[in-house]
Amino acid sequence: MVAEAESPARVTRSLSLPVPRLIRNIVAVAEREVRSYFTSPVAWVVTAMFIAMWGYLFAAIVTGSREANLRPLLSNFSVTFLFLTPLLTMRLIAEEARTGTLELMLTQPLRDVELVLGKFFGSIVFLLFMLAMTFYFPILLERFGNPDEGPMVGGYIGVLLQGMAFLAIGLMASALSANQIIAAAITFVSLLMLWLADALSRVLTGPASQVAQYISITKRFEDMPRGIIDTKDVIFFLTVILACLFITTQIIGARRWR
Amino acid sequence: MITVDHLTKHYGRIAAVDDISFEVPKGEILGFLGPNGAGKTTTMRILAGYMPPTSGQATVAGYDVFKQSLEARRHIGYLPETVPLYTEMTPRAYLDFFGKIRGLDARTRRLRIDDVADKCKIGDVMNRLIGKLSKGYRQRVGLAQALLAEPDVLILDEPTIGLDPRQIVETRQVIRNLRGEHTVILSTHILPEVSMTCERVIIINRGKVAAIDTPENLQRRMRGSDMVDVDVRGPAEAVRAALQAIPEVIAIRERANGPDASIFSVDCAVGTDVRERIASTIVQRGWGLRELRAASVSLEEVFVQLVTAEPATSVAT
Repeated sequence: MVAEAESPARVTRSLSLPVPRLIRNIVAVAEREVRSYFTSPVAWVVTAMFIAMWGYLFAAIVTGSREANLRPLLSNFSVTFLFLTPLLTMRLIAEEARTGTLELMLTQPLRDVELVLGKFFGSIVFLLFMLAMTFYFPILLERFGNPDEGPMVGGYIGVLLQGMAFLAIGLMASALSANQIIAAAITFVSLLMLWLADALSRVLTGPASQVAQYISITKRFEDMPRGIIDTKDVIFFLTVILACLFITTQIIGARRWR
Repeated sequence: MITVDHLTKHYGRIAAVDDISFEVPKGEILGFLGPNGAGKTTTMRILAGYMPPTSGQATVAGYDVFKQSLEARRHIGYLPETVPLYTEMTPRAYLDFFGKIRGLDARTRRLRIDDVADKCKIGDVMNRLIGKLSKGYRQRVGLAQALLAEPDVLILDEPTIGLDPRQIVETRQVIRNLRGEHTVILSTHILPEVSMTCERVIIINRGKVAAIDTPENLQRRMRGSDMVDVDVRGPAEAVRAALQAIPEVIAIRERANGPDASIFSVDCAVGTDVRERIASTIVQRGWGLRELRAASVSLEEVFVQLVTAEPATSVAT
């Protein structure tokens, strides 16, 4: 409990919950970002596109294969989010740089890392919301078929991890420019490269090929919809996330040191 | 409360802020005056912790703004020139967010929000989207944000720009009421505002301090001579000659004021009061003495004089 009592003329401030300031700040920023997403037309359009695409894919796959299997659908996550992520993340920091609210945020008693994490978690909440819109797929499969639970859960976990990695990359790109289009372009190209790494690994030889295989997200994602969560893959995604968040924090902090 | 010590900021080769030093004691309201591009906003941004100085130091509430940035920021409320706002939020949500960032608990936030809403006269629009508010209201929401956590130091970059006259008066009153409790630095182009709200003024030109003093002292210092304006009906040449004959008179400027009258601005040595001599001279010669007054240098003239002169060494007191 931290109480900072000032002179009688000032109002006493205190943190009523023993929650560290770090968490409170991150939650406050995340909350604001989520609110901003839900009042943003772009976010709703992206959600609508996503639901439409996957709805169609789901219907086509299930009626085509007659199998209660989510794997073909979830494998398409990379492709769809290749295009959707830039649209979701482009304004995270670029917009604040453009409108000047970044100047306001950087002059608050707020750590850069709290700002970055808050925005990241805000975007994840919106991703969860979008994914939640697809939960009726497994429900339908359960109702009308006999799907394996393991692969479905694994698949969604994989999708979530991949989504988080994509968002982290998008957040980092958004910090690089005050121009949303540039941020979106950087995000798209980066994700495209990671996605193509699998194909590239077949063309390249030797260590280059191995590196390409290592960073290929399609390869990393392969096992999860099968129900296999390999720690190597999880660590890969977590590393990407942490690296991007770290770099983003440095980029923002660099304003202060230049 | 605020110390600035040989602060310099270079953008490439250009020195936006060039060796500025000053101190602001607790409770004072200091005005930053200067033409566009003088370095006011840059200095404020450095103090607020938004950018680092190229060299030199600054402290706020005892904390170095660069090395102890987070601590310093806890004591600062800042309103940037652009008044940045989250336009998709309502003022209430906006202030609530900043209240959380400042570490205020729910009850304190409510109290503070109501208090600043009242002070800044935005009570009517608390639940309207900021994007839909007029410039005047937006400005005041920005000011409310700066005041919200009752910071020790307020840095206000052009707080009355864009407001209509009535709002300007209200805002100035709000700022004046801060004296003593808070330390305020505000920048402005509006010279009368400086005399009205600030205890001291620092005139910045081309990144350097041109002068720092109370408005009254500045006006007094600039007056190299005492000046008297006299409106006389009579033959201009003769009147001029008669006035020139008075020993203390240094120079006379004249401008016409109607077909047969002129206004003479008489410079005389500082400390001498030649008004009565002028009056008796004119009346004795039978000319019409229409008006006689001591003229003072306006702050405008001080400003223009200091700012158009070559940037010399600072005239600090």
